[in-house]
Amino acid sequence: MIDIKDIVKPENLVFKKSRVLTDNPMHYCPGCSHGVVHNLIAEIIEEMDIQDNVIGVAPVGCSVLAYNYIDIDWHEAAHGRAPALATGIKRLMPEKFVFTYQGDGDLAAIGTAETIHACNRGENITIVFINNGIYGMTGGQMAPTTLEGMVASTCPSGREHARDGYPIKITELLAQLPGTCYVTRQAVHTAGSVRKTKKALRKAFENQTRNRGTSIVEVVSTCNSGWKMSPVKANDWMVENMFPFYPLGDLKDE
Amino acid sequence: MRELKLMKGNEAIAEAAIRYGVDGYFGYPITPQSEVMETLMAMRPWETTGMVVLQAESEVASINMLYGGAGSGKRVMTSSSSPGISLMQEGISYIAGAELPCVIVNVVRGGPGLGTIQPSQSDYFQAVKGGGHGDYKLIVLAPSSVQEMVDFVGLAFDLAFKYRNPAMILSDGVIGQMMEKVEFDEYKPRWTREEIIAKNPWAATGKPPTRERNIITSLHLQAVDQEKQNIKLQAKYKEIQEKEVRYETYLCDDAEYLIVAFGSSARISKKSVEIAREKGIKVGLLRPITLFPFPYKEIGAYTDQVKGILTVEMNAGQMVEDVRLAVEGKVKVEHYGRMGGMISSPDEVENALEELIIGG
Ligand SMILES: Cc1ncc(C[n+]2csc(CCOP(=O)(O)OP(=O)(O)O)c2C)c(N)n1
Ligand code: SF4
Repeated sequence: MIDIKDIVKPENLVFKKSRVLTDNPMHYCPGCSHGVVHNLIAEIIEEMDIQDNVIGVAPVGCSVLAYNYIDIDWHEAAHGRAPALATGIKRLMPEKFVFTYQGDGDLAAIGTAETIHACNRGENITIVFINNGIYGMTGGQMAPTTLEGMVASTCPSGREHARDGYPIKITELLAQLPGTCYVTRQAVHTAGSVRKTKKALRKAFENQTRNRGTSIVEVVSTCNSGWKMSPVKANDWMVENMFPFYPLGDLKDE
Repeated sequence: MRELKLMKGNEAIAEAAIRYGVDGYFGYPITPQSEVMETLMAMRPWETTGMVVLQAESEVASINMLYGGAGSGKRVMTSSSSPGISLMQEGISYIAGAELPCVIVNVVRGGPGLGTIQPSQSDYFQAVKGGGHGDYKLIVLAPSSVQEMVDFVGLAFDLAFKYRNPAMILSDGVIGQMMEKVEFDEYKPRWTREEIIAKNPWAATGKPPTRERNIITSLHLQAVDQEKQNIKLQAKYKEIQEKEVRYETYLCDDAEYLIVAFGSSARISKKSVEIAREKGIKVGLLRPITLFPFPYKEIGAYTDQVKGILTVEMNAGQMVEDVRLAVEGKVKVEHYGRMGGMISSPDEVENALEELIIGG
């Protein structure tokens, strides 16, 4: 009989929680993409050895409490204003790594002006953009990214462009701006896509040492609670419906 | 050695910021204060002191750049005029909630709405009573000369850092646009990184292994925690009220009547006092310099001495409410003021004193 103690040994270790992730239990719903992306950011901060040299700007949205989970200095912004805060922080401390972490309502509705102008100035920051097509925190209302026909609590019979306007591809817009240097769209629904997103995030952080402009990593995500689906079903729905409209891949890499 | 110059209030406040070792200015153009950023851009302080100057895309952005910059423990400021300050209220509330020091200059113009570009004092309520959401206070300084535009930059930063609270310099289009002789102090170096960390251990400057992470936030999800934060804020405001009241008096010793006025209205009223004194009317002027904390006790002390108080403001009567609170109904208090960018003459004010207070 093999005892569990014989298995739990350093040489058998295949995965370990990043030391940059705190022990606080996450408040995210099971299946939510936020936790996976948090973990990736923590791993990258650890691997790049920049824990003492990085400042995160948290949004208003489900990830408002991101500062409880990643063990770095944080600044909690007003809804949509994270890129303006990050501008102030980076301009005053250009030697620090500065990133914002924002949902689609935060980045592409209330914060559209701050997002576009930070990118247009080419602020030397990293923007992590979680696009789950809905307002998670406030209970599943329509987001600027909600797909046509997609149901949300403020468009219960589905988004209609005549009334609600069209879903916005803000990442494509940002890629047009000369101030951005790296714009990519990724996902975290499979092991492979998680690895790819990690690579993209790492590049987006490393770009700050090159001072070439703004780096944006959009992560097409699920909000199974807002979508009212099981985590597995939400992943399938995302692949079938979100990916055709928000195709994965690099939009710009300079 | 102090350096002597002839300057507009808006230009002077810009130079004062550079000389005081301010780290960053973020702003958006609006009349009658655009010269602040124009002066900074022309002086290119990033090449001398290292001060950052940035034109934002809106006042919403500039106040949030300030929020970010203030969280890094540096000295940051913005300036604007009334409509722009209205746009900043969200950010100001967050900065007050997160207890960050910074300086906001409001060169007030006539409102409401787009209003006029002429001078006004109609943002008194917005500055001293809140304006943004939640129970918070700004430290509010009211300059009445170009020299005070200069001197209050340093004072506002010192108070802001002492109490970890945003401070506002509530000026108006008169003081902003007027040219006067000013004296400047020598250039002060900006704080070094080590000084910032030593002075502001709360700042989000990157988490070394030796301390817990610093989180700049105004969010306390549990009501008990949010109440605790409010209790802490209120205790701070009480301490500020007790310790930081500043005001000036002119010919008040033998006064039978009192004029209370701030900013450019106080300059006009000073002349009115002289006109009245020539007529044999014993009137003095009390000029609140801090609008929060307001000199309630100091004005209240005159209730045994004077028969009536006239407040003079370029608005419909805002500070008058605080003066009435100060005197607790013991003497008559009336307001006189022009609105919408109109400025009272010293004679008008003196007439108002005779009609509303002495005769009335
Ligand atoms: C000024 C302001 N308006 C509205 C809200 C309410 N609110 C909080 S989060 C949110 C939407 C968040 O959605 P998103 O950015 O997509 O993030 P998610 O929760 O989906 O991660 C809204 C509207 C607020 N906090 N502040
Ligand atoms: S509501 Fe949606 S975005 Fe928020 S934690 Fe739950 S699944 Fe995630």
